[in-house]
Amino acid sequence: MNVVLAKTDTGRALSDSFALARARLPGAGKVADLRRQAFDAYERAGLPHRRIEDWKYTDLRVLMREVLPLAAAPDRAALTRADAALKLHAIKSVRRLVLVDGVFAPKLSDTADLENGLGIRTLREVLEGGDAALQAQLFTPDNSDSMVALNSAMVTDGLVIEVADGAVLTQPLHIVHIASGGTPAAMFTRSLLRLGKAAGATLVESYIATEGAKAYQVHDSLVISIGDDARLHHVRLIEDGREAFNISSAVVTLGAHAHFNTFGMTSGASVSRYQAVVVFAGKGSRVETNGVNLLNGRQHADTTLFLDHAVPNCASREIFRAVVDDRGHSVFQGRIIVRPGAQKTDAKMMTRALLLSDEAEADNKPELEIFADDVTCGHGATTGALDESLLFYLRARGLSETEAQALLIQAFVGEAIESIVNDDLRELAIAAAQRWLAARG
Amino acid sequence: MSAVQETVDRVRRIDVDQYRYGFETLIESDKAPKGLSEDTVRFISAKKNEPAWMLEWRLEAYRRWLTMTEPKWARVHYPKIDYQDLYYYSAPKKKEIGSLDEVDPEILKTYEKLGIPLREVEMLEGVVRPEGERRIAVDAVFDSVSVATTFQKELKQAGVIFMPISEAIREHPELVKKYLGTVVPTSDNYFATLNSAVFSDGSFVYVPPGVRCPMELSTYFRINERNTGQFERTLIIADKGAYVSYLEGCTAPQRDENQLHAAVVELVTLDDAEIKYSTVQNWYPGNSEGKGGIYNFVTKRGDCRGDNSKISWTQVETGSAITWKYPSCILRGDNSRGEFYSIAISNGHQQVDSGTKMIHLGKNTTSRIISKGIAAGVSQNTYRGLVTAHRKATGARNFTACDSLLIGDKCGAHTVPYIEAKNSSALFEHEATTSKISEDVLFYCVQRGLSQEEAVGLVVNGFVKDVLQQLPMEFAVEAQKLISISLEGSVG
Repeated sequence: MNVVLAKTDTGRALSDSFALARARLPGAGKVADLRRQAFDAYERAGLPHRRIEDWKYTDLRVLMREVLPLAAAPDRAALTRADAALKLHAIKSVRRLVLVDGVFAPKLSDTADLENGLGIRTLREVLEGGDAALQAQLFTPDNSDSMVALNSAMVTDGLVIEVADGAVLTQPLHIVHIASGGTPAAMFTRSLLRLGKAAGATLVESYIATEGAKAYQVHDSLVISIGDDARLHHVRLIEDGREAFNISSAVVTLGAHAHFNTFGMTSGASVSRYQAVVVFAGKGSRVETNGVNLLNGRQHADTTLFLDHAVPNCASREIFRAVVDDRGHSVFQGRIIVRPGAQKTDAKMMTRALLLSDEAEADNKPELEIFADDVTCGHGATTGALDESLLFYLRARGLSETEAQALLIQAFVGEAIESIVNDDLRELAIAAAQRWLAARG
Repeated sequence: MSAVQETVDRVRRIDVDQYRYGFETLIESDKAPKGLSEDTVRFISAKKNEPAWMLEWRLEAYRRWLTMTEPKWARVHYPKIDYQDLYYYSAPKKKEIGSLDEVDPEILKTYEKLGIPLREVEMLEGVVRPEGERRIAVDAVFDSVSVATTFQKELKQAGVIFMPISEAIREHPELVKKYLGTVVPTSDNYFATLNSAVFSDGSFVYVPPGVRCPMELSTYFRINERNTGQFERTLIIADKGAYVSYLEGCTAPQRDENQLHAAVVELVTLDDAEIKYSTVQNWYPGNSEGKGGIYNFVTKRGDCRGDNSKISWTQVETGSAITWKYPSCILRGDNSRGEFYSIAISNGHQQVDSGTKMIHLGKNTTSRIISKGIAAGVSQNTYRGLVTAHRKATGARNFTACDSLLIGDKCGAHTVPYIEAKNSSALFEHEATTSKISEDVLFYCVQRGLSQEEAVGLVVNGFVKDVLQQLPMEFAVEAQKLISISLEGSVG
């Protein structure tokens, strides 16, 4: 269908807001050119809709309709509210790095006494500075996806974290995105994590909002490069406000013999989408990417993973669980590609959805694309309700309906959560799941 | 072991590039002028002596087709088709065939060579057949027209209508009007719409209430003429409590240019009825350099309209340069059941994008998908399937297993399933694996005296066993041989 899309009013509004915002966006020269190109790419495509295969189940033209104007830099009141919210979501013994309304908040962050080999800068600094190679790396995500293009065009701040060769960080890094929620607005952030050879790190990302935050939009992106023999543990927790939109993307590149363990949990936000591309660029690497969606009300959460096995002898494991109540809608799209020559690839993907209500919906699209013969690849997908006989067993032993359900749900998501290697992070995920179950009542 | 030995012998006898059915029958034919226009549609309709409503139906489809664009989403690549460079109608010259004796002997010879019995020999000679042996009624379609349909009389006694669709339009307009285009509407997709405008012939089956069709029905499609497209249309209706098993086979001569085959098959089952539809598709796949071959762009869909009805698709896809085909089931009636068993084999430069759709609408509907893809040579083999449960489809069940086998490191095997559950009582299970034939297994076989090729044949036949078992006996044997032949040249 060749539908020529007329520019809508919202499209025009965004165009104007890009023009207005430009003065506030860091970077000149080459960076400004890249922004312009990205914005043109976004303008040509507009918000993704169901006719675009990758966005088949998440039609942003229906769900989101418009991109809100760029959030103002946080004032003193916003920072105070953010501080209060942080106290509720504090994690012990981590190095906290806070972005309030898309802008780095040094007063709320711990940037003192950095471990050896750790470097932290803000995105604004890097884009305004002269490190062309680093700037180029920050713009690795290409413009073929219009939401990534929009993010590239509008990105205002974020963190650029570098871990030197051989440095193994003992303290996890915790990037917190807080929406202060004064007025409906959109925030655009991008962070970069670069792990040198044989380096090690743990990264936690949280998305939260202050009490009573209005509708807001998070447009985030993450660029990760993991050097040879390096390892990264990564956890994302989406606990945004119930009127929020969270559109995030990640591009991860692994060197040889590297290890990447990532886990994502979505229990917040009205509409969320996480799209990650993981590229195996060196032999003998391993990736575990797991996730859990816990949805109720009218929440919509989409996890789209793309694993690119470009070289031989790599392994990947994906475990995904969705628990959907009320009129929630969970989407999982997992694509594994094994490129020609990527022999001895071992890739497995398992996605399961649990539907707790008759109006809940779960869509799964596990895809395999294989161009090499000496591989073992497989995927599985199941969808169903809670097992009546298991419920009965628990009820017969004196548990209430809710308790019995909670127990079974915990067991259901357990497999994905247990794959988190780091003990503290695993506890964190379990706590987040328990909060959701408790709120369910 | 004897079956394997036979397979291997058969493989030995043929060289690479040899397609068994690649010969051409030299007969004069009656063609529509090249190209596609309203006049072509009128020409075809006039040739078939169609009533005015049918012509109108075709023209409406044609006008809609003009506004549509060719689908691009499938994982197949081919040069742009020039729809004006095709003949849309070709019929062997000779009119008004009264009996089989008047059919051009060249055509009869063609079918004989293909091993398709058109003469009801035993019937004519009064040979008594052993009790229980199955007979098959055949409708033979040569280019654009049906040349012969066998066992018509016996079927008529049972009340079964089995005739070319062109005749059915004239003789049973009430049935055709009631069902044609209700499963695959004229606006369905690019190729189905094109088919609706220019379809020339195909089979029509109506099995009345409570009747179990006394024999297997079969249609044999043969493309013969150069530069022609074959657009056949099949419509099968199983009325309440009826049962019919239907087989379809296809071949075409070897040619350097690509030929288009865009068929539409519609199945309707009413309450308690069952249709079993089996296909052995062996269109010419092109030569070892990927030149020539059939573009097989087919829309097949079954509608389980009544409660407790069942539709089962079984396909063995070995031919065609490009296959684009998704036999589907709409499970509308409560307790209805859909099945899809498929073996798709690609070798040489073949491209296959095939699968199914199971659309659960009624209560307690069940479906089962078993798909086996085998890719060899430099071919690409994609399974694409949809399983969906509607909000009201309580108790829907699906089981899907799609396995791919790769032979050689130049080919690709892909799996693209869509699993959509909008109902908590829906229970869906899906699994897929991709692997190559294990070295251990091959070593084991070779060590026990099998050649490499025999070993592969054995493993492949084991791999596809689940699907082969679903085929009617006669086809199962043929299909097994076909599989070995298709994979010939892929080892070593």
